[in-house]
Amino acid sequence: MIPSAFDYHAPASIPEAIALLSRFGESAKVISGGQSLLPLLKLRLGTAEHLVDIGRIAGLEYVREEGGSLRIGGRTRESVLERSEIVQTRFPILLDTARVIADPLVRNRATVGGNLAHGDPANDHPATMLALRATVVAQGPNGERTIPIDRFFTGLFATALAADEILTEIRIPVPPNRSGGAYMKLERKVGDYATAAAAAQVTLDGAGNFTEVGLALTNAGPVPVRASAAEDVLLGKRADDARIAEAARRAAEVASPTADRRGSVEYKREMARVLAVRALKKAVERAGGR
Amino acid sequence: MSEPRTSPEVCGMGHSMKRKEDPRFIRGKGNYVDDIQLPGMLHMDIVRSPFAHAKIKSIDASKALKIPGVLAVITGETLAKYNLHWMPTLMSDTQMVLPTEKVMYQAQEVAAVIATDRYVAADGVEAVEVDYEPLPVVVDPFKALAPDAPVLRTDKKDKKDNRIFHWQAGDRAATDKAFAESDVVVKQDMYIPRIHVASIETCGCVADFDRVSGKLTVYMTTQAPHAVRTVFALVAGHVGLSEEKIRIISPDIGGGFGGKVPVYPGYVIAVAASVVIGKPVKWVEDRMENLQADSFARDYHIHAELAAKKDGTMTALRIKTLADHGYADAAANPSKFPAGLFSICTGSYALKHAFAEVDGVYTNKPPGGIAYRCSFRVTEAVHCIERITDVLAQELKMDPAELRLKNFIPPEKFPWKSALGWEYDSGNYPAALHKAMEIVGYEALRKEQAEKRARGELMGICISSFTEIVGAGPSKQFDILGLKMFDSCELRIHPTGKALARFGTKSQGQGHETTYAQIIAEELGIPAAQVQVEEGDTDTAPYGLGTYASRSTPTAGAAGSLAARKVREKAKQIAAHLLECSPDDLVWEPGKFSVKGAPSRSKTIQEIALAAYTNHPQGMEAGLEAVSYYDPPNLTFPFGSYIAVVDIDRGTGQVKVRRFVAVDDCGNIINPMIVDGQIHGGLAMGLAPALLEEISYDDEGNITGGSFMDYLLPTAVETPSWETAKTVTPSPHHPFGAKGVGESATVGAPPAIANAVVDALAHLGVRHVEIPITPEKVWRLLKEKGLAE
Repeated sequence: MIPSAFDYHAPASIPEAIALLSRFGESAKVISGGQSLLPLLKLRLGTAEHLVDIGRIAGLEYVREEGGSLRIGGRTRESVLERSEIVQTRFPILLDTARVIADPLVRNRATVGGNLAHGDPANDHPATMLALRATVVAQGPNGERTIPIDRFFTGLFATALAADEILTEIRIPVPPNRSGGAYMKLERKVGDYATAAAAAQVTLDGAGNFTEVGLALTNAGPVPVRASAAEDVLLGKRADDARIAEAARRAAEVASPTADRRGSVEYKREMARVLAVRALKKAVERAGGR
Repeated sequence: MSEPRTSPEVCGMGHSMKRKEDPRFIRGKGNYVDDIQLPGMLHMDIVRSPFAHAKIKSIDASKALKIPGVLAVITGETLAKYNLHWMPTLMSDTQMVLPTEKVMYQAQEVAAVIATDRYVAADGVEAVEVDYEPLPVVVDPFKALAPDAPVLRTDKKDKKDNRIFHWQAGDRAATDKAFAESDVVVKQDMYIPRIHVASIETCGCVADFDRVSGKLTVYMTTQAPHAVRTVFALVAGHVGLSEEKIRIISPDIGGGFGGKVPVYPGYVIAVAASVVIGKPVKWVEDRMENLQADSFARDYHIHAELAAKKDGTMTALRIKTLADHGYADAAANPSKFPAGLFSICTGSYALKHAFAEVDGVYTNKPPGGIAYRCSFRVTEAVHCIERITDVLAQELKMDPAELRLKNFIPPEKFPWKSALGWEYDSGNYPAALHKAMEIVGYEALRKEQAEKRARGELMGICISSFTEIVGAGPSKQFDILGLKMFDSCELRIHPTGKALARFGTKSQGQGHETTYAQIIAEELGIPAAQVQVEEGDTDTAPYGLGTYASRSTPTAGAAGSLAARKVREKAKQIAAHLLECSPDDLVWEPGKFSVKGAPSRSKTIQEIALAAYTNHPQGMEAGLEAVSYYDPPNLTFPFGSYIAVVDIDRGTGQVKVRRFVAVDDCGNIINPMIVDGQIHGGLAMGLAPALLEEISYDDEGNITGGSFMDYLLPTAVETPSWETAKTVTPSPHHPFGAKGVGESATVGAPPAIANAVVDALAHLGVRHVEIPITPEKVWRLLKEKGLAE
C-alpha cells in the first residue's frame, strides 16, 4: 500500500495547471479528490511521475443555477453537492446519487468532476449525468470547450478529455415542471460499487405521457450505458407499469456486465432490469405522475 | 441479575463501570505496535508469491540492494544457515518461515527486505526478482484426498497423501443402531466458509536485539505473550536465545479474535533480522497481507444427519466433516484437540447418541484453522446442530421453537453428561428461549408471516438456541505444546490500600483493565478505580496462556478472585491483631472486617493494608500480596437463544435483518455494559459470515476476496439495532459463578440468520441455503421457484 515515488505539483491557477499538464504530457495525472487515483497508485496498479493537484485552485467548487442550467464546479466535493439546497429541493436524482457514492468519509474528499473524469463505468455519476443530458466543460491550452455527456465516455477509464485538459464544470439543463428523477443502486454493502444501478430522469405532460426520458445504467459495460431503445419505448407514451416494464427489459438488453464477486452476468443484467423499473417508477412518482 | 453488593464508589461486580482504558483510546493515546519508535529502527517489508504452488528457481536481489537505504534482502537460504527456515505450528505440524524450494499458497512470504525507511522497503520489494516454475494446484479439499492428487507436503519424507489427521468422538456403533431404529432421518450438507478475523489492527512487531546484553525485546501483536516467549526460547535456543533474555511485550492490541494467537513468519524474520543486524526492526502488515496470508478460520465441509422419533424427540446425531487447513495445520487449538471442541455439536439437546468425525487435509491455501472469536470450532458445531435442527422441524412440519423446547436438556438434569463426553456445568435453555420469544413477539410474527405469504411477500423468523463451551481449560485435558492451560494473577496491596493486579492474559479490547479491577473490588472492597491492572509484559506479568476462547474470565478472572481471597485471609489475621480479637470472631462485608456483635469495632481494608506495612503482627511476614495460578475444574457452558426476523426483496434477493433479539446467559455478570458491548460486537461479527464475508479461491488458487473491496465487513448500515437481554444461571464451579461471554454472539448469530432466511422460503420447499447468503443466491432460489419479481 505504498506508491512508487512521484513529483507533486500544486498550481494556484487553471492556466498554471494546464501549463504543467502540457509540459509533462502522459506522465502527469490530474489529482482532484484523489479517492480513485490514490488507491490505484498505492496498490501500484497505476503509476504517475507527476501529480498535478487542482485542489488549491480557487473557484472550482460551486453548485448554482445560471442561464437555465445547474452548474457544478469540477472540483465540487460530493459532500457539498449532497448539502446543496438546489440539489436537495430540485434534483432528487443527484441527491440519490451522491448519497450512495462510497461513504461519507470518501464523499468529504471525492469530487463530482473526478467521478466523471476517471472514466470508470462503475462510478455513479456517469449514468445520472447521461439521464440528465449534462454537458461537460473542459479547459485546455486552446481555451474552453463543451462536450456533450454522450460523447464524453470513450472507453474503459478513457474520456474525451485530452491529457492537457481539465474538467472545470458540469452543466445540467434545469428540467421543466412535471419532471422527476431517481437513481437506484444495488450494492453488497455501503461503500461498494454497484452490482447494478439505474438512473432515470423523466418529464410528463398534463395527460401523464412521457415528453422527455433519460435512462442509463451503471457498471453495465466498459462505458456508462444510455438505454436509448428503452427511452424510445416510453417517449410520447403513457407512464404505466406495462410500458415501464417493457422499457426496463429493453434497458437490460443493452447491459453487458462482466461476472465478478458482485454477481454473474445473468444476475447483473436482471438487476439492471429490476432497478430500471424501480428508478422509472420513482421518477414518475416524483414528476407527479402518480 | 441480583443487585450489586458493593457501592457505586467501590464498583464491584454488577456495576456498569465506564471502561478505564477508554480515555486513552478515545483520545488517540493508545500505544500500539505501530506507534513504537526506537532509535535507529529499521523497516521490513515482504516479497510475496503471486502463485499458489510453484517451485522457486531463483531469487535475484541485486537490483533491490542497489536502492539507497536497502540494507539486506533475507531469503530462505539466509535463514537455512541458522536452521530457522522452518518453524513448528501449535498443532505439531511445521510451516515455512521463508521457502528454500517452493511456495505453497498465493501471498506466501518469499523474501524480506530490510531498509532504513518504510517507503524504501516497499521499493525494495518491488525490485526483488523471483523466477517461479508453477506446479499443479490443489484447491478443492475433496480432490486433495483423491488418489491421483499431487502430494503437497513433499518436505515430509514419508507423506504419501494430503491427509493431516482423522479425529472422531462418540460411539459409532450405538449411533448407527439408533439411526436404524429411528422414525425419521434428515441429512444436510453444509459448508462453513473460510473467513478472516480482519481485526482493525493488522499484525506486526518491533524486534529489538541488544548485542551488548544479549537481550531480545519484541513488541508484538500477540494474544499470548508468555507462550510466545517459551516457544521462541525452545525453537531459537540453538542460536543463543535463552528464555530469561527474551522479553515479549504485547502493548495495546487493536482486536485479536484468535488471529493474533499464531506466530507468523513475519515475526520470526524480523527477530532474525534484528539479531543479525543488531538494530531494531519493525514489521507491520498492510491490510491485504493480513487478509491474504494470515491464518484463516472455519473452512469446514460438514455432512450432518439427525435421527428422531415421529413426535420430534431427537435420538441420534452423526456428523462427517472435511476440514481444509491450507498447506499446514496451523490451527491454534489445545494440543490434544485437532478438531478443537467440535464435539460440542450435540448442542443444547438431550441427545443420547452421537458420533462425529473430522478429517484434516492439506490444500494450496494459507495455513490456519484458528478459532475466530470462538472457542475452537464451536461456531462450526453450533451452525451444524442449529441448522440440522431446523431441517428436522421442516421435515416434521413442527414449529422450530416447539421442536427445540421438546428436546432441550431439562434444567434439572444439570450437570449434564453429553453423548460426546462433556459435562455441561449448568443451564436453563427453556428460560432463555421463552424470554427471546416473548421479547420478539413470536406468535404475532408467525401470524404476520402467514398474512404476508398470502400476499406473496417473504419474511422469515427463526431461532438459534446455542450452547458454548469456553474457558480452556482443566490441566488434565488442556495444554498447548505441553503448557497447561491455567491462568494467573499476582495481586499486591499498597500501604495506602490501593492495588496492583497483574494477569497472564492479554486484553485486545475486552476491557480487562476494568473488569479485573471490578473482580478485585468485589472481593476486597477496594474501589475498582484504585486497582491498577497490568498484562502483556512477560518481564512483569505472571505466566499465563493468554486471551482467546473466552477464557480470561473463567481462568484469569478466577485467579484474580482467588488471589484476592488469599489477601483477604491474611487481612483477617491482621484485623484480628489490630482489633485484639480472634480471627474467628470477625465478619467480612465488602471493604471491612468487624467484630461479631460489635459492628462499631471494625477495620477497613485500607487500615489493614497500612498495618501490613507499619504494624504487622510479630511472626507474620510483612506486606499484603498473593498469587494464584488457577486450574479450572471444568469448562464453562454459556448459552443463549437468538431470534432473527428477516425480510426478503423479491426483486433483488436482498435479505434485510429487520429485528434480532439476543438473550444470553453467561452466569454472573461482572460489568453489564461491557457484556452488552461484547454481545453487540459479536452479533455484528456473526451477521458477517451469515450474509457477507467469505474468502474464496479460483481454480489456480488465486484469492478472490483479498481486500476490503470484496471481503465485506458489515458496517452500522448493514447491522440491525440489536435487542439484548439476559438470563442468569451461574456456573457452579467458577469462584464467582461467571462464564465466558466474548464469543457467544459470534457463535450463536449465524444460524439464527440462516434459519430465518430458510424459514422465509420454507413454504417454497427450500431446506437449506449456504452462508454467506448473498442476494444472488436468494434470487436464484426465487427464480427457480418462479417468485422473482
